[in-house]
Amino acid sequence: MRIGVITFPGSLDDVDAARAVRLAGAEPVSLWHGDHDLQGVDAVVLPGGFSYGDYLRAGAIAARSPLMADVVAAAHQGLPVLGICNGFQVLCEAGLLPGALTRNSHLHFRNRDQGLLVERADTAWTSSFSTGQQIVVPVKNGEGRYVAADADLDRLEGEGRVVVRYVGGNPNGSSRDIAGVTSADGRVVGLMPHPEHAVEDLTGPSTDGLGFFTSVLTALVVAA
Amino acid sequence: MPEVVVDVVLKPEISDPQGQAVLGALGRLGHSGIRSVRQGKHFVLEVDGEPDEAELRQIAETLLANPVIEDVELHLPTD
Repeated sequence: MRIGVITFPGSLDDVDAARAVRLAGAEPVSLWHGDHDLQGVDAVVLPGGFSYGDYLRAGAIAARSPLMADVVAAAHQGLPVLGICNGFQVLCEAGLLPGALTRNSHLHFRNRDQGLLVERADTAWTSSFSTGQQIVVPVKNGEGRYVAADADLDRLEGEGRVVVRYVGGNPNGSSRDIAGVTSADGRVVGLMPHPEHAVEDLTGPSTDGLGFFTSVLTALVVAA
Repeated sequence: MPEVVVDVVLKPEISDPQGQAVLGALGRLGHSGIRSVRQGKHFVLEVDGEPDEAELRQIAETLLANPVIEDVELHLPTD
């Protein structure tokens, strides 16, 4: 299995994401935002960071990069796509996921180990978990407050589109403690916390994050 | 050269913690009569030739503003 990790100008966690892919048992493939080539990968990860310095809005300019046109088209054909932090912002800006990420309600950058409740264990990126499982992965963001119109939030909740929710405190004021959401088909997932920083005991608060990367391998085997 | 101005502000239902922080500072400075502050963005576009309103509106509504969270106002040059 080959999983692409896109590097945008200002991406920070692409190397960690590639490492997590490798630890999960897949082959990471570096993808460059300026190319029009997904190199035939089986899934794509959009990593964290500050693409284009968060100019205009976080993720806004990266969402209009050449490769993102290919990602959007492939996602509509069922390509699994995971957006982490800035990658989640990019996916919302690209219209692949609903809602938007805005400045944290307390205006501070928040960096800590974060409890998450897994509410959907049947997406391409969360099948290694069980519904109702609590996990701990780092969260680190300044513009991580998930927002959408109330009617849209009601609709998302009704459709079961909330994948993970913050527990033990909401780090950024996100509406309804939402930490991550999925597309209607469960193939595209975005979340603000960083599972790629929780894949080894030496460096993470847990190895819970690895489950996101092993999940997609299962999804791909099932699909094959 | 014609200048087109685009103003972008968060929708009223989206809370604006930056505006609230500015409001707090105003209160500390003794400006007690300011009821609220909403912070936004102001874009000035220099346009070659006659501005194409449809194109500019598309630029404003799809790139300069995120319609999920922001309202946008387009100001075309007046002769």
